[in-house]
Amino acid sequence: MKQKTLLILGARSEVAQSIAELFGRNGFDVLLAARNADKLSSLVADLQIRTGGNFQSVEFDLLHTQGHLDFYNALPARPDVVVCVVGLLGNQQEAEQDYGHARLIIESNFSGVVSILHVVAADFEKRRAGHILAIGSVAGDRGRQSNYVYGAAKAGLATFLSGLRNRLHNSKVKVSTIKPGFIRTRMTEGMKLPPFITAEPIEVAKAVYMAYVDQKNVVYVLWPWRYIMLIIKSIPEFIFKKLKL
Amino acid sequence: MFVQEVYNWGRYPRQYAEVVPVRDLETLSEKLSSSQPWLARGMGRSYGDTALSSQILDMLPLKHFLRFDEQTGELEALAGATLDDVLKVFVPKGWFLPVTPGTKYVSLGGALAADVHGKNHHSEGSFSKHVRSFSLLTEKGELLEVSPENVDMFQSTAGGMGLTGIIVKLVLRLKPIETSYIRQESFKARNLDEIFALFEATQYATYSVAWINCLSQGQALGRSILMTGEHAFSDQVRGLKKTLLASHSNPKLVMPVDLPEVALNPFSIKAFNLLYYHKQIADKSTSIVHYDPFFYPLDSILHWNRMYGKRGFTQYQFVIPQEAGLPTMRSILQKIAQSGQGSFLAVLKAFGEQNDLISFPMKGYTLALDFAISDQLFPLLDRLDEMVLDAGGRLYLAKDVRMSADLFHKSYTRSAEWIEILKGLNPNCTFRSVQSDRLKITPW
Ligand SMILES: Cc1cc2nc3c(=O)[nH]c(=O)nc-3n(C[C@H](O)[C@H](O)[C@H](O)COP(=O)(O)OP(=O)(O)OC[C@H]3O[C@@H](n4cnc5c(N)ncnc54)[C@H](O)[C@@H]3O)c2cc1C
Ligand SMILES: NC(=O)c1ccc[n+]([C@@H]2O[C@H](COP(=O)([O-])OP(=O)(O)OC[C@H]3O[C@@H](n4cnc5c(N)ncnc54)[C@H](OP(=O)(O)O)[C@@H]3O)[C@@H](O)[C@H]2O)c1
Repeated sequence: MKQKTLLILGARSEVAQSIAELFGRNGFDVLLAARNADKLSSLVADLQIRTGGNFQSVEFDLLHTQGHLDFYNALPARPDVVVCVVGLLGNQQEAEQDYGHARLIIESNFSGVVSILHVVAADFEKRRAGHILAIGSVAGDRGRQSNYVYGAAKAGLATFLSGLRNRLHNSKVKVSTIKPGFIRTRMTEGMKLPPFITAEPIEVAKAVYMAYVDQKNVVYVLWPWRYIMLIIKSIPEFIFKKLKL
Repeated sequence: MFVQEVYNWGRYPRQYAEVVPVRDLETLSEKLSSSQPWLARGMGRSYGDTALSSQILDMLPLKHFLRFDEQTGELEALAGATLDDVLKVFVPKGWFLPVTPGTKYVSLGGALAADVHGKNHHSEGSFSKHVRSFSLLTEKGELLEVSPENVDMFQSTAGGMGLTGIIVKLVLRLKPIETSYIRQESFKARNLDEIFALFEATQYATYSVAWINCLSQGQALGRSILMTGEHAFSDQVRGLKKTLLASHSNPKLVMPVDLPEVALNPFSIKAFNLLYYHKQIADKSTSIVHYDPFFYPLDSILHWNRMYGKRGFTQYQFVIPQEAGLPTMRSILQKIAQSGQGSFLAVLKAFGEQNDLISFPMKGYTLALDFAISDQLFPLLDRLDEMVLDAGGRLYLAKDVRMSADLFHKSYTRSAEWIEILKGLNPNCTFRSVQSDRLKITPW
């Protein structure tokens, strides 16, 4: 049987590294796509030693949308599964004052993902096979003053994925939305995170892998988040707008 | 980069420090050019203030394995990789750590910086004896490739507690194993004479260590259990265990909160020690055990250091030369037993020959005991210091939190030579720790 191939976008993220290891262990060849891919050589060596699998790094910039089609066509193998991990939390205050920064957040979490996943979707649709998974965030479930530009971009992503799922359903292509709460990574470095609802990168990786295996649509990482967000979403707007969140 | 409260395994002392997670060499170079003091830190499994400083480079993100030679067992890895990680990946391939301390939650960099010893010190030496080379980033921003032939640089870094520079990666020779199991023999010793005789009689063993009851006095002074071990061969394990090369699993038990200090009164310690002692009835017994409980009995409870209460604890570990052995050990044990500040765990071990620049081990005996921090403790330890120094011994820097500068310079007989080398590698005293300042190693 032909070896399956996973393409990970945003491979430098620790979440992506754990995903690569898990899929690698389960028999996938893995393409690690990231900016400055030449600096991923120690990651490639590490994953190979750990899993005995095949890993290769490829240069990829989510913001370089004109290059996405060429990037995809030049891949050393056709992927069967694509996981998009790319994201940028950015700085909310800066985004309020400088539209350039707000746009960067929107493009890094939303419009850039639209561009690359449409390229992937076209190929999968033609092949009538494949699975697309993308990491969103619970921040997209409701806008809060502390990070609503990021949140809005992740909300856009969730809506986009839901539409894509609908469109590709008849082509047998699966689409999964992964919504973590907090993850202990470079993104949250230095923040005080509540331990019981903060996931380790490996937990997110397991959720992604299970979403692939079980063909899940929308997955919250760490079960309390589903209920936390249910409550947050149900607070009436006239109260919510007064809260300090 | 952010400021957080930092402390090591003894949870004493604590201090606020700027902690910089190191993800690449660029971060390191940039920080070193800032002309501020820095200290590398790994898993914080040293006990006291050796891994403390107001500005810390957190090496854990640099944890990739870079190269592994299936023929020779040579592993090249970044310094933040942990022994836990090495075991998980390489035990199933038939390789084991050449030397391991009593916890697997230490980084490779920390293991080299403290030149850690294991139960096989008498037979296979300390950690650095199995390191083929390492890369050291010095104050000047140079990345030096150091092998044992570069005697000064190698020996001043192994056991040098981070003061020569940042260990970025190293090449370690792993040890081939047929199974992940240990053939363990346990021997009962009624007193100190017996346990010393047992150490002599079991020198053939690859691994050996004794658990000693520090509260027993008089005839029973030095009551203990000696455990020896050999890596089991496949024909000794086949049929008994499902997989020959099974690595360990993650701990399931967690010490959730600080225990109140009363839990540590002499009675409960006594009860614990007795229980341990009577667990095994025969004078000698043999069993096949997995490496995890054999080497890391305490790793099965996460955060067990919380059981010593809020004020934290320290581990007093000394070594005394062979010649001084029995009589000195007897007086020290008597002193401890009388004090009633006995430790929960006391580990006795015979060291083999070692005569490096600054590494802790020397031919002789080492004892390690835990003490909860209390007002009466330091005067007692000062008394023990005198006995250790008189015997020509010294304390382990990786555990120390309170010895005097004077004791350090007298007992580490080559400290002056070491400091001269440090001045060459670290002229502006960029690398320094709370401990190195306390021991007047830095500044110069
Ligand atoms: C339960 C338990 C049992 C133990 N048993 C033993 C034992 O049997 N034998 C033994 O020898 N030790 C033992 N130890 C001590 C432990 O092995 C050492 O303290 C070891 O150094 C801890 O490694 P770490 O990664 O936690 O280092 P840390 O505690 O973070 O740092 C220790 C020292 O290493 C330096 N350092 C760390 N990383 C680097 C780097 N990359 N470059 C330069 N310097 C660096 C630090 O500056 C510091 O001086 C034990 C500790 C515990 C908690
Ligand atoms: N951490 C959390 O608490 C949390 C919570 C919920 C959701 N998430 C989501 O989880 C995902 C992983 O994040 P993380 O926590 O692992 O943080 P991270 O380390 O910052 O990962 C984000 C990754 O996205 C990459 N990236 C950003 N812009 C890019 C671009 N233009 N082109 C290519 N790659 C780009 C980054 O690459 P570089 O390495 O080149 O910068 C980085 O590797 C993100 O989607 C994030 O939004 C995180």
